[in-house]
Amino acid sequence: MMHFSEWLAGTNASMTIQEQLWIIPLMQTIHILAIAMVLSSVGMIDLKILGLAGSAHTLLETSRRFAPWIWTSLIVLLLSGFVLIVGEPVRELGVTVFWIKMGLLAVAAASTAAFHLSLQRHAAFWEDSRKARGLIKASAIIVFAVWCAVVVAGRWIAYSQLSL
Amino acid sequence: MNIQMMLDWLGETSLSLWLQTSSWGFQAVETVHVIAIALVFGTIATVDLRLVGVASKSSAITAVMKDALPWTWGAFVMAAISGVLMILSAPTTYYYNGPFRIKLILLLLAGINMLVFETIVVRDIQRWDRQPRTPIAARCCGGLSLIFWISIVGLGRWIGFTKLPF
Repeated sequence: MMHFSEWLAGTNASMTIQEQLWIIPLMQTIHILAIAMVLSSVGMIDLKILGLAGSAHTLLETSRRFAPWIWTSLIVLLLSGFVLIVGEPVRELGVTVFWIKMGLLAVAAASTAAFHLSLQRHAAFWEDSRKARGLIKASAIIVFAVWCAVVVAGRWIAYSQLSL
Repeated sequence: MNIQMMLDWLGETSLSLWLQTSSWGFQAVETVHVIAIALVFGTIATVDLRLVGVASKSSAITAVMKDALPWTWGAFVMAAISGVLMILSAPTTYYYNGPFRIKLILLLLAGINMLVFETIVVRDIQRWDRQPRTPIAARCCGGLSLIFWISIVGLGRWIGFTKLPF
């Protein structure tokens, strides 16, 4: 991986990003704005599940309002994240916490996607059981916490020592 | 007592010294700041996007505000506390940092924009609460709020790249 990172750092694309000092701050800003949309959209749906917001709408309606913002923002995150990796491959790919972040991201994205797919098919089940089952409420809180953990790991990359 | 003496004094408080020397203190505070600002921006954007007519058009504006704004305020308090701690870690550096000063002005403008909306624009909200298309004043407040908060996030990141001399 170190070999690959060093090769990537030597490519023209990477050199350009390293030389143009505005690219990385701009990409990080876009990255933070997109993570803001993901966290808040997941949060608003979770608040609906917990019964703390969205009383005027069904769970399916709330999900249809916010889910497109989650997936669109996730694409923006992957693209801006890709530019950041190309710009600073050793700093990103060379630290353990980057791979922990990728693992947490996979868990967060997969559980959010599974919930939304199931909600599309079994809206009535989720609507009824949301009120009754503590497990569903606990899951909502855990999934939000995993998304927050992705952000924590992301910020930690900046302070990590090379480990690979 | 001039401003430099005050900055020096702040920089010598035990909390400031801990933030300067701890191996994890500053980055923990910064992480809380990022999560807090993400929630401030994302939740206030829910209201702003409704006002400018991009999202939630089938919901009453007052309902969108009631769902989102308590969390915006909670997250804002978190962002303010963590932000003050970050300033405390290097008071002189922040005080003389250009992007930091612009960011404070934009925070003030975002606050004034919100006050104008909450005290003047909402007076006749009963007439357009449920309408997908809001009056021009409301659309302006929503659009300005988005511009201010996007700029605030951008300036925050910019501070990180200008705080230390290159």
